[in-house]
Amino acid sequence: MTEDLRQYKQVTCTINGKERTAMVDVRASLTDMLRNEYRLTSVKKGCEVGECGACTVLIDGEAFDSCIYLAIWADGKNIITLEGLEGPNGELSDIQQAFIDETAIQCGFCTPGFILTAKEVLDSGKLYTDDELRKLLSGHLCRCTGYENIFRAVKKTMYKRLGKKYKE
Amino acid sequence: MIIGKSIPRIDARDKATGRIRYTDDLCDKGALIAKIKHANVAHAYVKSVDTSEAEKIPGVVKVVTCFDVPDFRFPTAGHPWSTDPEHQDVCDRLLLTKHVRYYGDDVAAVVAEDEVAAARAVDAIKVEYEELPFVLDVQEAMKDGAPLLHEEYPNNVLRHTSMRKGNYEEAIKEPGLIKVEGWYDTPTVQHCHIENFICFASRENEKIVVVTSTQIPHIVRRVVGQALGIPWGQVRVIKPYIGGGFGNKQDVLYEPLCAYLSLQVGGRLVKLDCSREETFRNNRVRHAIRSHIVTYCRKDGTLVARKLECFSNQGAYASHGHAIAAKGAGAFPQLYPCENVEVDAWTVFTNRQVAGAMRSYGMAQADFAVESHSDDICRVIGMDPMEFRRKNLMPKGYVDAFSKNELYADTFNQCLDKGAAYIDYDRKFKEYQNQTGPIRRGIGFAPFWYNTAVWPIALETASCRMIVNQDGSIQVQVGDTEIGQGADTAFSQMAAETIGVPFDMVHILSCQDTDVTPFGTGAYASRQTYVTGFAIRDCAEHLKDRILDIAYRYTRMQPYLMDIQDGNIIRATDGRVLMSLGDLALQALYDTENSVHITMERTAQAKSNAYSFGCCFAEVEVDIPMCRVKLLNIINVHDCGRLINPALAAAQVEGGMSMGIGYALSEKMIYDEKTGKLLNGNLLDYKLSTFMDHPHLEAQFVENPEPTSAYGTKALGEPPVVPVAPAIRAAIRQATGVALNELPMDPHLLFRRFKEEHLI
Repeated sequence: MTEDLRQYKQVTCTINGKERTAMVDVRASLTDMLRNEYRLTSVKKGCEVGECGACTVLIDGEAFDSCIYLAIWADGKNIITLEGLEGPNGELSDIQQAFIDETAIQCGFCTPGFILTAKEVLDSGKLYTDDELRKLLSGHLCRCTGYENIFRAVKKTMYKRLGKKYKE
Repeated sequence: MIIGKSIPRIDARDKATGRIRYTDDLCDKGALIAKIKHANVAHAYVKSVDTSEAEKIPGVVKVVTCFDVPDFRFPTAGHPWSTDPEHQDVCDRLLLTKHVRYYGDDVAAVVAEDEVAAARAVDAIKVEYEELPFVLDVQEAMKDGAPLLHEEYPNNVLRHTSMRKGNYEEAIKEPGLIKVEGWYDTPTVQHCHIENFICFASRENEKIVVVTSTQIPHIVRRVVGQALGIPWGQVRVIKPYIGGGFGNKQDVLYEPLCAYLSLQVGGRLVKLDCSREETFRNNRVRHAIRSHIVTYCRKDGTLVARKLECFSNQGAYASHGHAIAAKGAGAFPQLYPCENVEVDAWTVFTNRQVAGAMRSYGMAQADFAVESHSDDICRVIGMDPMEFRRKNLMPKGYVDAFSKNELYADTFNQCLDKGAAYIDYDRKFKEYQNQTGPIRRGIGFAPFWYNTAVWPIALETASCRMIVNQDGSIQVQVGDTEIGQGADTAFSQMAAETIGVPFDMVHILSCQDTDVTPFGTGAYASRQTYVTGFAIRDCAEHLKDRILDIAYRYTRMQPYLMDIQDGNIIRATDGRVLMSLGDLALQALYDTENSVHITMERTAQAKSNAYSFGCCFAEVEVDIPMCRVKLLNIINVHDCGRLINPALAAAQVEGGMSMGIGYALSEKMIYDEKTGKLLNGNLLDYKLSTFMDHPHLEAQFVENPEPTSAYGTKALGEPPVVPVAPAIRAAIRQATGVALNELPMDPHLLFRRFKEEHLI
């Protein structure tokens, strides 16, 4: 009989503003915990090895590929998924609205990750050049959009937040 | 007007909030997990499979091998069924195989209680092989004595087709002709939709229900029936929102195996989720096609005789088979009409990944060969590339003899003018001639042509059902699919426009369920706005007639005196609002004398088709010592007829251009010659374009409404990828003088070619 290797550990963390506790398999990724334990299905699986960025979440304000972040490391952390950006009455954040307005969404599978990295970029309060912005967003792969409209959505929102006039 | 407005896509909000549900998001947590044992040899017979260790692993529920599966051979191509056995897709698949035909072929499968147990069990399965020699190159595979993949296909030739027009051999005897000849090679690439293929299956009330990430739910239903040997009506396929397809999901992938595995464990819920590596290795890829073109022309660029031979690498199984090579080859005589043409196309099995449909279906390969060759002709005869195109491109009024597709407008000149103006082509072309030094710039362009949909090669049919709700809003159901391209938004705009209701009064069913939605073959061939457009128009016109007939009861106005505008029944003669559609629907349904549920269902068969056209212009900077190409500017101009939703149309073009840029400059699947193993089947080693690899992507349109189309539309989904690689090639050539006859034009190729041409 082959040995059963399962081990579990309790993980307590803040997810989208609420403290949550779960017993998780010590080998599980944060992606698995968020999707399976909490049904936060905006966290997408595209490669599970940190290549595509679809599983991105914010951990203490910083964007991470949750697929290569162990669930047990999340203990004590503050985690935000895309579900956490929507207001209590369904209000959208500015960057979500910009993705809609700029036709930056097609199949939508890369969208949650992109929006969360964009949030990290925008929350820095800095004005980035086009090249800097492209580099900051380059951890995400998208096959539908050619990144064109995603770029415009993020850039426009950055200008708006900084009270600057946007030009194409 | 609702058509022509850039309305945000109907699913945008749910996608921006992460609420939208894809296949995995719908699967119950308690599902059993299926994993496949893939062969680690490229060509072999399976002698034995030892499952004893695998079965001992805790959590393993079932192990099946290639010796267990039923002998029902099935096809996988997402083509409509043909009632003529001669035209049916090749049935060369079993659920698991005893004859391994590529590195990664499926020999056994495990069902377990969780992912880890399933993965460990797959590793514990021991397979003994009788290894066979293998072949990866398409022309090597055709040679006598080459390893044979399928006994029924001597020399591995799945199919060879020929076309003859005029008399090539006679025509080339004309004195003074100039001969131009070239070989053009395109690579194997993968679709790389971000959602990997996934499906889950269970038995419900004696039916097998498969929920799957597919572009073709009604075809999957048929093929699952074929593969399991059960009546098609016992199969129910549900297609949720999908995370991209690009043709990979226009094939039946692992739905039959998943359904079979569910039935092997008593119909319990089984999920089969491909890893990214499996998506690369075990789904489908774009055919690598090697093309040989010979042109005989006069000094003034007049084309006298042309010949194309192309060799399409099918990989291990037939899938879409010869249809891809045939689409490109069949279109060869069209772009540059010529009196004397010979075309031969071969599709050949090799021990590589299975090639299937991928965005542009052979036309990206064909356009790279044809347009690279056009550029070569210009170099040889010393003709300006723009002048050559304007002289020889398909003229207005051209009709293709087979498809009856016609070019109704002066599209090519309009598109070329628009692209040239945006990128400042004329000035830059002159400025970049005869450069020296290590860093040089170049500008180039390529036109493209694309036949929408599949008529008359195969059936084109679509159906639509409309139901008037009690509030007067309209339910719309079609069998054709939303796969991220925005089809549902465009369909809703069409329906709203024809019926005469505001856009938000149309509720379309975005997720197909073969037990609910009417029949449609699905998303492929850039067919849906054209073919499904017929079904929507037909259904909406009939529904409108029915509504006005029923309105007569309550308004006492003759139907021909009435119309529907903005959701109201109006008297057309003076514009007076008689009643709202909501009031009518409510009264008609709850009428105690004569209750009517107002519905309509129509099937439309398309027996026409349409050409789609356009071009790409690209400007590059080449660092010769570093063998690097930097794309500086790029524009695609498309004539896809009338734009239903300009913002969504532009978004389609940008995405296609991105795929074209990857095809041109970085994407290629690399194989180990010694083992046949795919070496870069992951998103780190396979170079998909990132945010940093593109300049601004400019998408523009020339709108010539297509006269044969219900809404003036024609193909847009696939064409944007087509002209990008040859346009970039022409730009690199102008910069360096070096002709690149294969893709991708990455530093490896540039290094080799610059060495050969003594640039470095």
